[in-house]
Amino acid sequence: MNLDFTIIFKYMPYLMKAAGLTIELAVLGIALGILLGLLAALLKISHTPLRFIANFYIWLIRGTPLLVQLFLIYYGLPQFGVKLSAFASSILGLGINSGGYLAEVFRGGIEAIPVGQTEASLSLGMGKFLAMRRIILPQALRIALPALGNQFIISLKDSSLCSVITMSELLQTSQRFASVTFASTEFYTTAAAFYLIMTTVISVVLRSMEWRLAVENRTRGY
Amino acid sequence: MELAYAPEKSIIDVHGLIKEFGKARVLNGIDTSVSAGEVVVLIGASGSGKSTFLRCLNGLESITSGEILISSVPVEKKSKNLLDIRRQVGMVFQQFNLFPHLTALQNIIEAPIHVLHQKKEEAVQIATDLLTKVGLSDKRDYYPSSLSGGQCQRVAIARALAMHPKIMLFDEPTSALDPELVGEVLTVMKQLAEDGMTMIVVTHEMSFAREVSDRVIFIDGGRIVEEGTPFEIFAGPQEKRTKAFLRRISN
Ligand SMILES: Nc1ncnc2c1ncn2[C@@H]1O[C@H](COP(=O)(O)OP(=O)(O)OP(=O)(O)O)[C@@H](O)[C@H]1O
Ligand SMILES: [Mg+2]
Repeated sequence: MNLDFTIIFKYMPYLMKAAGLTIELAVLGIALGILLGLLAALLKISHTPLRFIANFYIWLIRGTPLLVQLFLIYYGLPQFGVKLSAFASSILGLGINSGGYLAEVFRGGIEAIPVGQTEASLSLGMGKFLAMRRIILPQALRIALPALGNQFIISLKDSSLCSVITMSELLQTSQRFASVTFASTEFYTTAAAFYLIMTTVISVVLRSMEWRLAVENRTRGY
Repeated sequence: MELAYAPEKSIIDVHGLIKEFGKARVLNGIDTSVSAGEVVVLIGASGSGKSTFLRCLNGLESITSGEILISSVPVEKKSKNLLDIRRQVGMVFQQFNLFPHLTALQNIIEAPIHVLHQKKEEAVQIATDLLTKVGLSDKRDYYPSSLSGGQCQRVAIARALAMHPKIMLFDEPTSALDPELVGEVLTVMKQLAEDGMTMIVVTHEMSFAREVSDRVIFIDGGRIVEEGTPFEIFAGPQEKRTKAFLRRISN
């Protein structure tokens, strides 16, 4: 078998653009996931009936494949009159999905903060929300950072599933070129390399952030 | 028992306070009043309900029955007044509970800015004065982790004072401190008492009780067993349980 990677160069601009879309999907998806995850975590620890909604959401998302979730959003919702573009469906799918995992990450972070922090806040006349926003969450997010980074990497790789709902992201683009040039190995290897580079960059950035926080934390005695 | 002290201008009134955790009755009918400017020391064995009593006073615990009035306003878990009451009642904890992600100064200005809506410059000015008052003006930009326990507790006192409370509650403020750091915290508390602050202090520091307090209350089994001036309690306790407790802690 003879491999010819030079064929890639001709398609490089398109692959780069597709990789850009992959990053866009991952970033917007995780951003939505952070919002949903925070909301679900707060509902889950609230002593209101709303926590059942959060529990249901987390159970549903973690118990079903992302691919099925994407299909339901893109092909299922239109039957209920909600027609979303492939792009919007992808962001929504990735967001809802990562949110389900991040909810548990944030909940863990919040619960790791000693109850004395809340009591001190309340004794100063803060309301529960103010105490959460100003005192508890800033500390909890530091704890959640490594797991949040991990989820970002997962979402970046998961965005490849959006190829099946017609998104021209990195995998789908590679697939298209592979089938017209018959150079499957070349294109899929290149796609893999792109993913690897992106996830490595994220890891390195995260590790340096964690390291900086660890230094800060050491001076603050966490 | 009859109130030995019927203060004319009471700022705290407690009537028939009962607190249960599940089936366990931790406070079993507390009646007392504290007048403005009074310094009360609470003593009692571990588990007698001292912390629970303090936490009921600012609504950190909801009460099972009875009534607590702060400046004639009832403390109720559901009431909108609760936040207002907490602003008037400062609390200092055994474990300090400083906010570790904020500097000493930031710890102090946090609530004044976000609860009282003070201007930042104003809050910083007040916080700087308070830090000077507790002897920590050079530590304003330190994080709690780089402060000693005694310094942390003094910041915590300054943080509570920044809300201009009418009452200060102290729950064993020196119990987590190395012996050589106890004095600096007690000095600050003594100063506060001299300034006329109404204080309720749970402590095992009998010297503080003797020198600073107006009244000592001995709690046992969730009840006030005996109360009186420090002289009355320490020199001539009437109740057997008080005598036994004092004997135990003096050893
Ligand atoms: N949240 C809670 N749930 C159940 N029981 C509790 C709770 N808080 C306190 N208690 C119980 O109430 C009793 C009184 O506790 P409290 O902390 O008020 O005692 P204390 O006098 O402050 O003791 P110490 O000197 O050890 O601090 C104890 O038996 C304790 O176990
Ligand atoms: Mg206690």
